[in-house]
Amino acid sequence: MTKGLIGKKLGMTSVFTPDGNYEPVTVIQVGPCAVTQIKTVDNDGYNALQLGFEDKKAENTNKPLKGHFNKSGSSCYAHLREVDIEDPAEYQLGQNIGTDIFTVGEKVDVVGTTKGRGFAGVMKRHGFGGGRKTHGSKCHRIPGSIGCSATPGKVIKGKKMPGHYGLDRQTTRNLQILDIRPEENLILIKGAVPGKSQGVVMIKKVKFANKA
Amino acid sequence: MQVINQLEREQIRLDMPDFSPGDTVKVHVKIKEGDKERIQIFQGVVISKRKGGVNATFTVRKVSYGVGVERIFPTHSPIIDRVEIITRGRVRRAKIYYLRKLRGKAARIREKRFN
Repeated sequence: MTKGLIGKKLGMTSVFTPDGNYEPVTVIQVGPCAVTQIKTVDNDGYNALQLGFEDKKAENTNKPLKGHFNKSGSSCYAHLREVDIEDPAEYQLGQNIGTDIFTVGEKVDVVGTTKGRGFAGVMKRHGFGGGRKTHGSKCHRIPGSIGCSATPGKVIKGKKMPGHYGLDRQTTRNLQILDIRPEENLILIKGAVPGKSQGVVMIKKVKFANKA
Repeated sequence: MQVINQLEREQIRLDMPDFSPGDTVKVHVKIKEGDKERIQIFQGVVISKRKGGVNATFTVRKVSYGVGVERIFPTHSPIIDRVEIITRGRVRRAKIYYLRKLRGKAARIREKRFN
């Protein structure tokens, strides 16, 4: 059994559960993913599957990648990711893996790339309070003091300052699967996942289960 | 976006009667106690309706033992068994929140006449 699949975040909505609760869900299109390479301990030092997701035109694929896809006999894919497996003998090249590796009610981890905010100030980036907006204040969104004077005579390392924010790889753990629709390749996950709509995410088997 | 619209459309209940603010309704609510299910009735005046596809809600107000009680129901929720319309009221507003300030005789709503 693979420990994850590649998917695409389609957006958020809310659904009624059978017991009448109204839950926020993220709709993710998961797979079908094709196996493009099988890595084994003998050959590569570890066991893994390389999966391809979303077809891509052959004329838009460069020659080295085309050669790689030809080896597995599959068509060209836009996104490639590796997932852990236990037994490489279970898989063949070009095999399609779909939503059936997950079950309804199961907890999963979702890895995505967060929305890019560009060069952000300290209020957005680190949640600083900022200054007061009225009563003659001219300091609205600035960080304030960033350290002491002659001792230590420098700004300490790791001081929270403005800078680039977002566009990081982030994992949200222990999200519950509320519904699976295999014929449309859709998974409904309770809560939010990192990244924008249409962003590529990895849905993985849970790594650290919550203590009951 | 299409997929999400489709998901929301699937959940919309088509068996809801067409009631409007001012109407007196009986809402049959499914209540689960352990593994038993029973139906409780909440009767009152609809004082507001909110649109928004599957997100739509309506508010029902009643006066119970002298205390005003309002309950907001998601229109498409599966816990609603059915909605029964008792009377159609004639009101001039879409949100009849002024009812909250009125007591007794003043809080009556004229019935709609269809001639």
